[in-house]
Amino acid sequence: MNPSHVRINGRSEPLEAAAPLTAVLEKQGIDPLHASGIAVAVNERIVRRAEWSERVIKPGDDIEIVTARQGG
Amino acid sequence: MKKNNVCGDPLEIGGLTLSSRLLLGTSGYPNMQVLLESIAASGTELITVAIRRVNLEDDGPTGFLSTIRNLPVNLLPNTAGCYTAREAVLVAELSREALETDLIKLEVIGDDETLMPDAEQLLKAASELVLSGFTVLAYSNDDPITCRKLADIGCAAVMPLASPIGSGMGLVNPYNLQLIRELLPNLPLLVDAGIGTASDAARAMELGYDGVLLNTAVSKAKHPVQMAAAMRHAVMGGRLAWLGGRIPQRFYAQASSPEEGRVGTVDRNVSG
Repeated sequence: MNPSHVRINGRSEPLEAAAPLTAVLEKQGIDPLHASGIAVAVNERIVRRAEWSERVIKPGDDIEIVTARQGG
Repeated sequence: MKKNNVCGDPLEIGGLTLSSRLLLGTSGYPNMQVLLESIAASGTELITVAIRRVNLEDDGPTGFLSTIRNLPVNLLPNTAGCYTAREAVLVAELSREALETDLIKLEVIGDDETLMPDAEQLLKAASELVLSGFTVLAYSNDDPITCRKLADIGCAAVMPLASPIGSGMGLVNPYNLQLIRELLPNLPLLVDAGIGTASDAARAMELGYDGVLLNTAVSKAKHPVQMAAAMRHAVMGGRLAWLGGRIPQRFYAQASSPEEGRVGTVDRNVSG
């Protein structure tokens, strides 16, 4: 992966310097304070909602943002 | 959890008390309206959902979720699409965080063609999730030994397949399903996957299963809402038949009307 990028839901996004997860979510149009029904994993580990503001995202990280969809 | 007015013969599973023994999947319906009408017609109180990436380009990433959250049903997230215990455990943790429920339909499949569970990975994932406090409803092969191991691990319910997911083949091995029921008389057992039509669901219930989980049989039916109603009645009918206790099968006829008093016969007791 490009060293100044992160991967978000499989897509490469620019990230020049380390930033809080909340800032990364905001940049994706997600309001970290009011978003409901979503969950986040970074590098295949869950980051609980209470830890979002403390979690620092670095270039090269792999972020998954998920919700519930139709399923059987 | 949402409370329901339960009467009679509820299904108690993972801390829930459900008056319907039909669990319904939410995938593959022609549109949202048909899904909502099918849920209502089925009478289900527990519907399954998948955990998938948020669509970041969509204005309403949680539109589906906010709609179904307003329904009088509970949500059962699944780990569909996971091939390893590691993946399934991560998806379960994400679902608990996103939906604030400990319930998880654990599905760990072995390949794309059969979508059959990978027993080794399934048992590993079940152990980890039970230890982490999840209420695990495990989708399983129709193998009595795997089902017994899942029960021993502490799964809240074990759900052997009738036939492969989406195949509509019905109960291809009722003998195994019956063995599993007999070996695990006290654990909630549901038949999950492979149901094709109402009689399949009724037959699963007639084997003494506690419930049926199905999706494609309704969502891909010609008229999903009618089929959802059919499944509701089939599950109720099958349950009542199980409780009623079927008669033994026999090779020869046995007249149901009495022999005595037939027209044209000679009454031996009073003649001559």
